[in-house]
Amino acid sequence: MRRALFSPKGGCLTDLNKNPEQDRGVVQVTDYFNEMYQNGAVRPPYARLEDWMRTMPAEFRQMKQAEAEALFRRIGITFAVYGEGGDPDRLIPFDMFPRVFTGQEWAKLERGIKQRARALNAFLVDVYGRGEIVKAGRIPARLVYQNEAYEKAVVGFVPPKGVYSHIVGIDLVRTGPEDFFVLEDNCRTPSGVSYMLENREIMMRMFPDLFRENRIQPVDSYSERLRRTLASVAPAKCKGEPRIAILTPGHFNSAYYEHSFLADLMGVELVEGQDLFVEGEYVYMRTTEGPKRVDVIYRRIDDAFIDPLCFRPDSMLGVPGLMDVYRSGGVSICSAPGAGVADDKAVYTFVPEMVRFYLGEEPILNNVPTWQCNKADDLKYVLDKLPELVVKEVHGSGGYGMLVGPKASKAEIETFRAKIEADPDNYIAQPTLALSTTPTFVAEGIAPRHVDLRPYCLVGEQIDLVPGGLTRVALTEGSLVVNSSQGGGVKDTWVLAE
Amino acid sequence: MRLSVDHVTKYSYDQPVRGVVQSHRLTPSAFEGQTVLDWQIEVSDGTPGGQFRDGAGDRIQSWSVQGPVTEITVRVRGTVETVDLAGMLKGHRETVKPEVYLRETKATWADPGLVALAAAVEGAANPLDAAHRLSGAVADAITYSPGVTEAQTTAAEALAQGAGVCQDHAHALIAVARHCDIPARYVSGYLCADAEGAPHEAAHAWAELFVPGLGWIGFDPANRCCPDARYIRLGSGLDAQDAAPIRGIARGPGAETMLVTVSVAPGQSRSSGEGPSSGQSQSQTQQ
Repeated sequence: MRRALFSPKGGCLTDLNKNPEQDRGVVQVTDYFNEMYQNGAVRPPYARLEDWMRTMPAEFRQMKQAEAEALFRRIGITFAVYGEGGDPDRLIPFDMFPRVFTGQEWAKLERGIKQRARALNAFLVDVYGRGEIVKAGRIPARLVYQNEAYEKAVVGFVPPKGVYSHIVGIDLVRTGPEDFFVLEDNCRTPSGVSYMLENREIMMRMFPDLFRENRIQPVDSYSERLRRTLASVAPAKCKGEPRIAILTPGHFNSAYYEHSFLADLMGVELVEGQDLFVEGEYVYMRTTEGPKRVDVIYRRIDDAFIDPLCFRPDSMLGVPGLMDVYRSGGVSICSAPGAGVADDKAVYTFVPEMVRFYLGEEPILNNVPTWQCNKADDLKYVLDKLPELVVKEVHGSGGYGMLVGPKASKAEIETFRAKIEADPDNYIAQPTLALSTTPTFVAEGIAPRHVDLRPYCLVGEQIDLVPGGLTRVALTEGSLVVNSSQGGGVKDTWVLAE
Repeated sequence: MRLSVDHVTKYSYDQPVRGVVQSHRLTPSAFEGQTVLDWQIEVSDGTPGGQFRDGAGDRIQSWSVQGPVTEITVRVRGTVETVDLAGMLKGHRETVKPEVYLRETKATWADPGLVALAAAVEGAANPLDAAHRLSGAVADAITYSPGVTEAQTTAAEALAQGAGVCQDHAHALIAVARHCDIPARYVSGYLCADAEGAPHEAAHAWAELFVPGLGWIGFDPANRCCPDARYIRLGSGLDAQDAAPIRGIARGPGAETMLVTVSVAPGQSRSSGEGPSSGQSQSQTQQ
């Protein structure tokens, strides 16, 4: 019965590929890359899992699934991935079937991710400095300088070590054995890394045998690497061991769990704006032993809220005067204010150009071809091909305000057409990608479901990446939207040692 | 022209506040049109923070005052030698790209009224002419009239009322200029009352428009002129709030009252011009 759900050909026997749109003449991708099965054989990274999967009794699986859920509930990890909205207390479904990469596959990904993180940071240093890439005509000035995320307040200020984005979350999808595409970059405060760590922890606890049978590279060094990264960008004025704090908007924030989890793992303070104050040239933290100077702030609040004297005057979440201390070298802020201009969906199109311009290299990871609706030719194409494309809001996130053409009804497409025509600047479009699938536990047994991947690249004095990331899985059959607000779940992600 | 400034801002609280933090943009800009001879900023019981020059070329410094405190006085005194450059901001070191000043803010959003006003550029011989036309159109459309608008008034609201002060004139000019794709920004500073005693404020504000080939040029629709030797430039921003000479926050429940006196006079002698000022945004909020 469990076997029956998988075809030996690597496709599947569920009706994932049978789509109701075919009758309407919509072009559909039906050949998804299955990461476990290819040409009737099990791909090497999944070799051991085949047996595990086949021999697992259904009752055992249900018991384990219940156990996993209880564990997640107990540790309280119930938040939605940043910016996705939805019920903050809802548990994101955890799928026990791991997603696996070979060491070789990862090696290429790692090179590509690090390359991209370097280019994005080089771009940020440039556009807040001389703006060479704009002068060279490689990216339109308007996209950069009139971007809402471009912070005039930090122009001319170079953050310690020239790093703006210290944690770069790069969302990747796979469409074939060698084909990876970057869906978007997250240069501000990408969240979800606590899932990467907890998913692994829970898998190890529930299935210790799997970790004996497979040579899985550990991810638990992430917190220490993050701490080292943050310490490496302490301001020049800081002598000795820098004091690091995580600045959270507070417990009502959906990612509060992650903030406290990371603070705990790193052994640093978790603070809210009201716990910090500016005195003279520095920022201090109130403690029971009196004020303590803070050197590095890993902030998990948006630019607009970090300092009411520089940005939104009505913000109660930030620290008055923080930006002046930052700009006079008294504290480091990670990610640096202004980093968001690099991960805008319209700027995304130009990341491959950044790689060529700053690094003189060819991009290892490809972008998804993107049409900008603010260009007349692109707009015409997009409106013509709407039923085939994925259309996104330039500043949107979390799978909201998004059209997946092949999955949408005629009426939905027409509604969206009107929205695009009314405000073309606000939309970009991409082809509907054939996201790869991995085996996933579903009610009926095991079936392929579409996945993406968010690795977390650390950038400080050095550039660092743990072998792994967060795999999100679209649990709804046939769905290509992995966001947790749209029915997505998470998986443990393995990178095997060579 | 030698100008002396004495600018005192006194904040009083009806209950002691736990502390105050301010960010100052209170030092005259460095450019060919003005040279600082002496300049002092004092904050009662204040600790100075690090100072730096931002990308727009403004000298910024923060101050913190540990409470409990019921009164804070910020006093700015100094002498500046000025030269009339017909509004041109020559020799000013800044790195912010002019395009940044095309961005809309709430205060400078161009509503249909302002869009209509922007039609004044039609037929302009060149960008400089366009800027002059816009400044003239704003001066015609908004009559100088203290007391009818407040710090939060937007350009659109001021135009609808047809009256306002220098802040409103500057916002309106910025709105129409940006609508015409001319980078424009808000400038705060001081203005020396002239001999005839024309009704303008010593704490003053105007706009700068970016003209290709010439750079940033000041326009003061409130006085239908370009800044000359009577003007002292402090700093700039996207709008009044962004360019405020003082931004501050007091922690605590005390209600705040603010009294500002500014005198700007030729030479060393300081003369009149006192009184609460409506011309300069000195926003201070409370938490």
